[in-house]
Amino acid sequence: MASTQVTPTRMELTRLKKKLVTATRGHKLLKDKRDELMRQFMDLVRENMALREKVEAGIHSANKNFVIARAGMDEATLNTALMAPKQEVRLEVGEKNVMSVNIPVFESKTRTADANDIYSYGFAFTSSDLDGAVKSLADILPDMLKLAETEKACQLMAAEIEKTRRRVNALEHVIIPETQSSIKYITMKLDENERSSQIRLMKVKDMMLEEAHHYGERA
Amino acid sequence: MYRIAVIGDYDSIYGFATLGLDTFSVDTYEEAARRLHRLTSGKYGIIYITEKLAAQLKHEIDKYREQVMPAIILIPGVSGNTGKGIEEVKKSVEQAVGSDILFGN
Repeated sequence: MASTQVTPTRMELTRLKKKLVTATRGHKLLKDKRDELMRQFMDLVRENMALREKVEAGIHSANKNFVIARAGMDEATLNTALMAPKQEVRLEVGEKNVMSVNIPVFESKTRTADANDIYSYGFAFTSSDLDGAVKSLADILPDMLKLAETEKACQLMAAEIEKTRRRVNALEHVIIPETQSSIKYITMKLDENERSSQIRLMKVKDMMLEEAHHYGERA
Repeated sequence: MYRIAVIGDYDSIYGFATLGLDTFSVDTYEEAARRLHRLTSGKYGIIYITEKLAAQLKHEIDKYREQVMPAIILIPGVSGNTGKGIEEVKKSVEQAVGSDILFGN
């Protein structure tokens, strides 16, 4: 498979041998990296799926609550009630390094500490269904943040695994076999050269002896 | 300090405003694309978007898949769950493993 042109020299041979050692080492390391990434990814993606199911169910029921709340009030009252939110969520973003993949870590901070600030309205004109609806939505918010974190981590890790897998495959199936066959080609060629020069020397020696002693004429 | 945004049709997202998330109600998906573009370059760490809109903005959203920030997360809208969000998770598995071995049903 020595498709690429290699010059059969001793220097090239040394270079290729070094390359093979590096490639094999790199292959082993990358393979380990891939396996570990995969193990962590599996755990993460299971968690991601569970969270997603939970959040989707939560949002679904919250939406249902909102529909009911809306039915009990007129549009204008509802709009006024929700017009000026009291609470504000801010996000502290850190970074975590998992097997050289940077994944974000979200930490939420609310503007006020009071949990009741999610009700941005006086209770006089709104139905109690609205309170319940808002509460049900507030309850799934922590899970939603967690979901965002794990889902992003999954996406980033999936991309990294794909990249690593490609590298492992390229090393395993292309670089290493190619280098091996090049090395083989060079050693064969060098051996062949050595043999041919050996023969040449023997021939020359014969010729020189013939010249000096004239074996042929004596016989 | 980052903030959290929610994009979707008004009915699906108005509740999130009371929690202190920034809601952006959009009606057409061109509008949503513009809005998304503006939000991703801004100070938003997480952008929740309804599955219905996301289905039409697939191309835009895929661009941000492999970036650390922002995280674009699909949520079901008021009209129900389309399964698009779960599909995204499966896509990650497929990308990493080669085929969906975990949730392949």
